[in-house]
Amino acid sequence: MLEVEGLTARYGSIAALRGAALSVGSGEVVGLIGPNGAGKTTLLSSIAGLLSPAEGRVTFEGKDITGRSPEQLLRSGVALVPEHRRIFADLTVEENLRIGGVTVPAAKRAELLDEMAERFVVLKEKWDVPAGYLSGGEAQQLAIGRALMSAPRLLMMDEPSLGLAPVLVDLVFELIGTLRDQGRTLLVVEQNAARMLEVSDRAYVLRSGEVVASGTGRELSQRDDLFDTFVGSVVAPDEGLPAAGSPVANGAGGGTA
Amino acid sequence: MTELAQNLIDGLGRGSIYALLALGVAVVFGVMHLLNFAHGELITVGGYVALWTLGAGWSWYIVTPLIVLSAVLTSLAIERVAFSRVRGSSDFTLLLTSFGVHFVISAIFLLYVSASVKPFDRPSWVTNTYSVGPLNIEVYDTVVIVVTVLTLIGTTLLLQRTMFGLSLRAAAADFDTARLMGVRSDTVIRGAFALSGLLAGIAGVFWLMRAGSISPSAGITPMLKGVLAALIGGLGSLRGAVIGGLVLGLAEVLLRSRLPDSIASLTEGVVFLLIALLFIFRPQGLVTVKHAVRV
Repeated sequence: MLEVEGLTARYGSIAALRGAALSVGSGEVVGLIGPNGAGKTTLLSSIAGLLSPAEGRVTFEGKDITGRSPEQLLRSGVALVPEHRRIFADLTVEENLRIGGVTVPAAKRAELLDEMAERFVVLKEKWDVPAGYLSGGEAQQLAIGRALMSAPRLLMMDEPSLGLAPVLVDLVFELIGTLRDQGRTLLVVEQNAARMLEVSDRAYVLRSGEVVASGTGRELSQRDDLFDTFVGSVVAPDEGLPAAGSPVANGAGGGTA
Repeated sequence: MTELAQNLIDGLGRGSIYALLALGVAVVFGVMHLLNFAHGELITVGGYVALWTLGAGWSWYIVTPLIVLSAVLTSLAIERVAFSRVRGSSDFTLLLTSFGVHFVISAIFLLYVSASVKPFDRPSWVTNTYSVGPLNIEVYDTVVIVVTVLTLIGTTLLLQRTMFGLSLRAAAADFDTARLMGVRSDTVIRGAFALSGLLAGIAGVFWLMRAGSISPSAGITPMLKGVLAALIGGLGSLRGAVIGGLVLGLAEVLLRSRLPDSIASLTEGVVFLLIALLFIFRPQGLVTVKHAVRV
């Protein structure tokens, strides 16, 4: 469904991404993990049209979408839940959702609004409340709901658990799991690698702007050479640790002691 | 008491025009971060349309929509010719571009029409008054206030009830995220300029009816009033722009009537002094614009 080949992006003379490549198949949940500054957000931003890549190619459903603007990309069926959620604080919850459906016909938009009200009960209760008053967890649900309002065929999320309390992190990963069970195609950038590997079909590990490993969660969590990636990525010591006995868990314990 | 009530009505009439001008400035600022110093030129163009059409014997009833239309088309043309080319540039570049547009339009009328002030007929009812108890109210002020209220209701409905309005508000809050949602930047920016032109056109009709003349530099004063009112209200806030316009209008009228005769001519200076004081104590203006998202 999504193919990224040799993507290079620069901030001035600094290459934040060096020939990154990945693919996402229809109905797959793919994680993009790695330590801070690995280039995860840069990669997602380059795919989403927020950054112009210096080199490389992005295709979606066989069509070249490299360098397309975010609005063109959304109309092609690719939606992004941006880092820090970036909900519109002065707009109500309902208005935030409606603007998410700006590209779909009015009748379809109304259907999707009903669907979101059903899916996110907590948002339905605050329908007419300005979104700036939502808690972090509610705001994250709103950001995801807003992206779903465009009925995307590929949903990309940038650090959906960033800055959330542990209980809300659980909520976000539950939501990702639910979307996976519904057959949605997801590409998720996440620092909380261990939790991401639990819910993803496959994952790519990014380090210093390069994809250094890929595979299923099980395959990746058994690789000793990726130990520092995981240690750097686990947000809190009491949450989302890999399964006991895995090299990651063993390594994390030893590394932080 | 009667004098105060009289001043309030006069101030609201004047402030209504400023509110329309400020709202036009704020709408464009919201989506482009452009403080448009060429906003007054929309009234200048409308003024020359009035001069030529009234000179040809047309009535104000026909000329009024033509002034509004000319302001909308000029606003769209300015966006197309000048501002679309510097979209995404620094605020300073945008500011300089708007000054450039202001000077170019003034120079066109100066070179190809006339440097002198050209008078035209004002509608006969502009100077009419009617009495309500001890108050002597101008028909003009009444019409201005009623039309402004209707315009603001229409603008509010547009912004609250339509997808275009919602897109505009979202883009004003966070342009990049609005684009991520699929809001077309071209549509929303051109829409903002069209709305800004419409509001300037309506304000311009009243401004020109009162002035009864036009010159190449006629746009400077309405531009200053609109920009100042938008700043007073809190740049970027549409509600603030309306409040800022009304506050500016009321301040001017109240000061003019309250200041001693010897310094009444300094009213504008005193208003600027008060605005400077406002910005010292409340630099964000009267209404705080919330862009930050609580996480």
